[in-house]
Amino acid sequence: MNASPRPSVLANMSLELRAWNIRRKALLMGEVQGQGYVGQALGVADVLATAWFHAMDYRAEDPEWEGRDRFYLSIGHYAIALYAALMEAGILPEDELETYGMDDSRMPMSGMASYTPGMEITGGSLGHGLGIAVGAALGLKRKGNPAFVYNLMSDGELGEGSTWEAVMSANQWQLDNLICIVDFNNQQADGPSREMLARGPEAPKWAAFGWHAQEVDGNDLAALVAAFDTARALTDPKPRVIICNTRMCKGVDFLEAREITHFVRVEPDEWAKALAKLDEGKPQ
Amino acid sequence: MTLASMARKYEPRKAPAARVATSAMIASLAAEGYETVAAPFGHALVEAAKKDARIVGLSADLSKYTDLHVFANAMPDRFYQMGMAEQLLMSAASGLAREGFIPVATTYAVFAARRAYDFIAMAIAEENLPVKIVCALPGLTTGYGPSHQATEDLAIFRGLPNMVIIDPCDADDVAGMVPEMLRHEGPVYARLLRGKVPTVLTRHKPDYRFRLGKAQMIREGRDALVISSGIMTMRALDAAEMLAADQVDVGVLHVPTIKPLDVQTIVTEARRNGRLVVTAENHTVNGGLGEAVARELMLAGAATRFRMIGLPDEFLEAGALPTLHEMYGLTAARVAERIKGWL
Repeated sequence: MNASPRPSVLANMSLELRAWNIRRKALLMGEVQGQGYVGQALGVADVLATAWFHAMDYRAEDPEWEGRDRFYLSIGHYAIALYAALMEAGILPEDELETYGMDDSRMPMSGMASYTPGMEITGGSLGHGLGIAVGAALGLKRKGNPAFVYNLMSDGELGEGSTWEAVMSANQWQLDNLICIVDFNNQQADGPSREMLARGPEAPKWAAFGWHAQEVDGNDLAALVAAFDTARALTDPKPRVIICNTRMCKGVDFLEAREITHFVRVEPDEWAKALAKLDEGKPQ
Repeated sequence: MTLASMARKYEPRKAPAARVATSAMIASLAAEGYETVAAPFGHALVEAAKKDARIVGLSADLSKYTDLHVFANAMPDRFYQMGMAEQLLMSAASGLAREGFIPVATTYAVFAARRAYDFIAMAIAEENLPVKIVCALPGLTTGYGPSHQATEDLAIFRGLPNMVIIDPCDADDVAGMVPEMLRHEGPVYARLLRGKVPTVLTRHKPDYRFRLGKAQMIREGRDALVISSGIMTMRALDAAEMLAADQVDVGVLHVPTIKPLDVQTIVTEARRNGRLVVTAENHTVNGGLGEAVARELMLAGAATRFRMIGLPDEFLEAGALPTLHEMYGLTAARVAERIKGWL
């Protein structure tokens, strides 16, 4: 719960540039495999930049430092995005980028705790992260450890019953050290989340369950910073949720414009084009 | 249209001459002629927790029915009531384990094995976290019907890597398994006998003591060897006494740890003097102790005469537990009868 600025090694770089770097690394990893959940990675990059380079406390040289804020990636298929953030944070070496998804890589396609420094849980079976985060938040309180637990989940996971068991439990135990981030890109495997189980309204639903709920534009860094600051500074004994409305493929206009799907198809010749497009928008 | 599987519900019934109540879930297992101990799990856990501050208890609205209330009453600040949410129970236990605690999570065996399986598999077993899952109503120990009868829990958990599986026989086993499962560094699934639990093993073998991963001969016998776990060891010992009166000499090898299996002891004993080998388990004959033993005997070339006692591949009926044990062949008399028939 250290509200001080990030260590000097990370200073002097804007969140815009952090987010851009995360997007670029994710695209490079996607290119390595010729596929990947780059749509999600591009969409959630601003959220990850805010979490890792504004809000969270950690030590890059000691990923299991007891005082760190815990970051749980419930959505295992977003691993490509978190790997990019972990490289940007100096927890994963950048020179392993080209091992992404390869045999014996520390960066498998779906995130697993036993493979990757900085990957706290094994995600992938959806609806697990928040419940584990409840247990970790209880454990941190028992130890008197003031760290936060951040759980990043997707809008699709709002359909899992286990998510709501955890939502109720966090309220029951008044877990004010738990911050849930929902990446709401309105895109599931078979179509829009709002046409599945996330009809909404989402923020009032969480609020009715006893959470401090915020809903923000998840591609607006200033709004994200304000929301994370509010979530951390709140004194109410409530768990906190930030619902981030994001746009799949954000930052690469021709992919953004493509008929949006869960698994964005990028043709072999398009990776260079996508990188070039991203480079055009490089922040100063 | 009435489905064929439902047709019996339209047959009228008459009250029986003798009233036999459906065994309530809080009821203790009947074991005639044995002394009982109250809530051996709860008391053993309190003793262990006094020595290790990492131990915490969690339940999903079933602490009273898993004897965890003894722990909750003794150490209220170390008990987490998670509510009727088994997926959360297992996930939260995983989170506590990540933060350095040794969570003991209790519910009924059906709810752990069926409802919470994915959470046990991915949040606990895949990362080999030291969560101890202790579950009441194993196999056929309630008359409530399939919703509460965990007849396939061992089969389910045997398929899960990293999971240690314990099926205790009596109060000594239950109390003895507690410190050993807590000492084990990975996840454990333990079947629980709760309430007034009989003391069986030390009466037959005074120096018996539960040892994780070890099968132990409780009784020697030349004509047949019963390889059993859980309450079926109790039944096998009683059956052996009945058969002794008929000059049939039956040995009993108790295998309270289902996984990892004590293959060496099982194969060695099964090979001894060509006696009939019978497995006995409070579980479907699919995927439990019997099949596990059969595999090892086959691999070792030690299978001679082999038979299995267990529950049929069916959803079992509701009713009074003694009636059901008789119906499905889990009583000592039925075990004795079958062994005799096979000799």
